[in-house]
Amino acid sequence: MIEVRGLTKSFGPKQVLDGVDLSLSEGESLVVIGGSGTGKSVLLRCILGLEAPDAGQILWRGRPLADQRAEFMDGFGMLFQNAALFDSLPVWRNVAFRLLRTMPSARARDIAVEKLARVGLGPEVADLYPAELSGGMRKRAGLARAIAADPKVIFFDEPTTGLDPIRAAAINALIRGIVDETGASAITITHDMTSVRAIGDRLALLDRGQVRWQGPVSQMDHAQDEYLQDFIAGRARPMGSHPAG
Amino acid sequence: MRPIRLIGRAGIALTRTIGRVGIFAARGLTRAGAHPSELARQMLHIGWLSLPVVGLTALFTGAALALQIHSGGERFQAGDVVPAIVAIGMARELGPVLGGLMVAARVASAIAAELGTMRVTEQIDALVTLSTDPVGWLVSPRIWAAILCLPVLVGVGDIIGIMGGWLIGVNALGFNSATYLSNSWAYLEGWDVGSGLIKGAFFGFVVALSGCWFGMSAGNGAAGVGRATTNAVVAASVGILAVNFLLTGLFF
Repeated sequence: MIEVRGLTKSFGPKQVLDGVDLSLSEGESLVVIGGSGTGKSVLLRCILGLEAPDAGQILWRGRPLADQRAEFMDGFGMLFQNAALFDSLPVWRNVAFRLLRTMPSARARDIAVEKLARVGLGPEVADLYPAELSGGMRKRAGLARAIAADPKVIFFDEPTTGLDPIRAAAINALIRGIVDETGASAITITHDMTSVRAIGDRLALLDRGQVRWQGPVSQMDHAQDEYLQDFIAGRARPMGSHPAG
Repeated sequence: MRPIRLIGRAGIALTRTIGRVGIFAARGLTRAGAHPSELARQMLHIGWLSLPVVGLTALFTGAALALQIHSGGERFQAGDVVPAIVAIGMARELGPVLGGLMVAARVASAIAAELGTMRVTEQIDALVTLSTDPVGWLVSPRIWAAILCLPVLVGVGDIIGIMGGWLIGVNALGFNSATYLSNSWAYLEGWDVGSGLIKGAFFGFVVALSGCWFGMSAGNGAAGVGRATTNAVVAASVGILAVNFLLTGLFF
């Protein structure tokens, strides 16, 4: 469905992506992990067209994504790290933002309330402003916005960062449930190995701008890659130390 | 060779920035009408909520101008020109420039802070993922609201400024109320007022463009937003004075 070939991106002298090859199949949930600054967010931003890659190709349904960006975005949803809700709009308008362009306000509000309920938020939240919500509620509202228009592709950027383990588990369960229900294809970026197990079908480990290991989540515990095993176990290693795969 | 290279590099960077701002402004101007509700909301923020600050500025400016003209005019027995000079001075110059500067302080800073915060909290990226053009949604309504509202604010400021002069003229300088008002209108020409209103529209464009450009280009967290806000107010203020000079040279 989405294919990334030889993606390269640098900022000044810093090479962030160095020939990334990755693919996402229809209905698959891919989780991308990697240390801080290994280019996970830049990878997503390149796919979305928010950053222009220096080289490489991004294909969607076999054709360059850049040529069909509008169509891709119409069936796309994203949960940002800090939810990125619009401060000036009440929660229901945030959730219904895309819907308000194509349907009457009352209908869009009904759908927004329904989506809020899907992520465990009651109708009383609909008229609050984002600043009045807790971190976990903001994530849920952001999730409701991401799924409001029933997208075919969803990206999750650090969905559990800043949440306590119980709320993080609830968000993980919601994401897995939504991906299973809708059949959407999903890419999740995370550091949280609990999220990897809860959300992912397949795992890709980014290291120094390249995909170091990828495979089914069910096989990651048996992988021979030392760095991946350190990542899974949360073992400390000297800064800048990257053993060969 | 090194100084020449540095000058050349700076020249290229300046040309590039001017080009970017020009393209940004053109996009902001040409995407009008896509979000009328946002335009109405911005007109409320930029126009209606700026009325108190513009009105008070005009009131005190008109009053101080009356005192100054009377005091200076007395030196050559021309104290009677106070009403006409206050009216012409407010309409041509002080109304638009001081009104524009006050709006620059209030509006350019608010726009830069709001858009800058949206930039660093990924809200602008979120707009893109929701198939919404950030320029059409955020920039265009602000630019057009400022262009449409500033002339109205300038017109209101002119009237309040003249009233400020009248208050001082009648209560402190011994003018007859009816004579003061009739002298104010007698020497005021339509172009005096019209040129000030046109200046207001240009100043509105400068204020909103500064706020939007620096806000949308903000980075590096809270410090970046702070820098964007400061730069927006400085650029808008200097821009107003520069555009005022150019327009005054063009008009008169």
